[in-house]
Amino acid sequence: MTSGMATNQKFRHNFLNRVGATGATGRRVCILTLLLLLLCPGEVVMGQEGAQVVTGPDVAWWVWPLVLLVLTFIMGILAALGGVGGGVLYVPIVSGFFPFHLDFVRGAGLLVALAGALAAGPGFLKMNLASLRLAIPVALIASTCAIAGAMVGLALPTNVIQTSLGIAILGIVILLMTAKKSEFPEVEQADRLSSVLGIYGVYSEASLGREINWKIHRTLPGLLLFIGVGFAAGMFGLGAGWANVPVLNLVMGVPLKISVATSKFLLSITDTSAAWIYINKGAVIPMMVVPSLVGIMLGSLIGVRLLRVAKPTVVRKIVIGLLLFAGLKAITKGLGLPFIV
Amino acid sequence: MNEESNAPDMTDGEISTNESTDEEPGTPGVDDSIDVVASDASPGALEEQLLYAKILEVGMFLGLGLLLVSFALYVLRILPPVIPIEQLSDYWTMNVHDYLGALNEQFLHQEHLLTGWSWLSQIGKGDYLNFIPIAILSAITIVCYAGITPVLIRKKDRAYAIMALLEVFILTLAASGVLTVGH
Repeated sequence: MTSGMATNQKFRHNFLNRVGATGATGRRVCILTLLLLLLCPGEVVMGQEGAQVVTGPDVAWWVWPLVLLVLTFIMGILAALGGVGGGVLYVPIVSGFFPFHLDFVRGAGLLVALAGALAAGPGFLKMNLASLRLAIPVALIASTCAIAGAMVGLALPTNVIQTSLGIAILGIVILLMTAKKSEFPEVEQADRLSSVLGIYGVYSEASLGREINWKIHRTLPGLLLFIGVGFAAGMFGLGAGWANVPVLNLVMGVPLKISVATSKFLLSITDTSAAWIYINKGAVIPMMVVPSLVGIMLGSLIGVRLLRVAKPTVVRKIVIGLLLFAGLKAITKGLGLPFIV
Repeated sequence: MNEESNAPDMTDGEISTNESTDEEPGTPGVDDSIDVVASDASPGALEEQLLYAKILEVGMFLGLGLLLVSFALYVLRILPPVIPIEQLSDYWTMNVHDYLGALNEQFLHQEHLLTGWSWLSQIGKGDYLNFIPIAILSAITIVCYAGITPVLIRKKDRAYAIMALLEVFILTLAASGVLTVGH
């Protein structure tokens, strides 16, 4: 077994060096590289020592950005089909299986989630699927806490953050597996706070062919939950769609479509605040950010088109499987343990 | 979704629904006559919401467009970077503090590390030119909030005007670089 793994690793080592030495096989080689990374990533890339195998001067500079572009493209497709944001896949997978330091991965993760939210935000607002009246108080709390989270995240030792990230990802896996969604939650009566703030709305529900009025309840507990959501978003650079939707939909009684759209829009505010902390700290490397951003946005566009033919339950299982894999990797990496799956 | 609609203005009270027959709660301090604007075939979109969307859309396209241009200038080596592209992989494995230290020691030779807005001093370099569109993308939300605040004030929506101003303050504080952290 060990011998086989060593042979396998040697093959991939030579393979990657060949990529760097010749640079002739272009995109096809990088796709193969990506597949290898995905199939046996622990042996190829990380482990603090393993990183040296493929990040040395023998590897062409464009290999990693190109692999990042391809991987984030796939992530974008899976994220769109699986109903999660790109950030929640990006940070654990890229920090676990790429040579980039977690500081830069979190900074890039926030910018990736931010770009996706900025792209989707105007349309959702114009269609009145994202509610500005709902978003403003939520964003004020979440963005303030995201700043605190980002500052704590950049101050703590990397292994602590990496381990915490793994635990958080496993928590998200449990949330994704167990949380039920309610398309039209039953809200008997709007609570006092939401009435005072005027948080309610109306939208066209094409599937029912009519307009739906909505209002919310449990506003205060919902807002308080965004303290934790914002903090985690800033600390781990995850975006926060995975938490926004359950809180809006299940706790506050916001219809599912409004929850999803408002959550996406919220990321543009929450992630902005945390992103500035990373930018000002210098934790942004354009060579990582731009390919990631382009890849995930192109992938999301394709993913949305594939929604018509894909089986969401299968894709969702793949996403959960990937997160589970990446979460375990993050924990073992943070604790300095070998990655055994 | 961006097409303008000729639909007549609607208020919440005029919108029919089978989902709920409860009377919607009012919005204290809000002038109901200008509260709702119909546009883009979307019933009930507020004036400030549509304004926010417009500003966001312009900023998003501007930022993403410039990002692609600046990145092309960088990778095509039209503008030389601070860190030679071939050597970048030696640095991205470091934590941010060590990275900035190495960057300063080997390339910049400045008194202070390149944190906060000091990247502006390097925008002639290919890699740091990319920080301009990144800053635009990160700052557009502040502009959006600043843009809708006068509308909220005009509508006497005090609570939301205050929250919008607070958000501008919070985001500006984050962007200012005043909030610093260390490893």
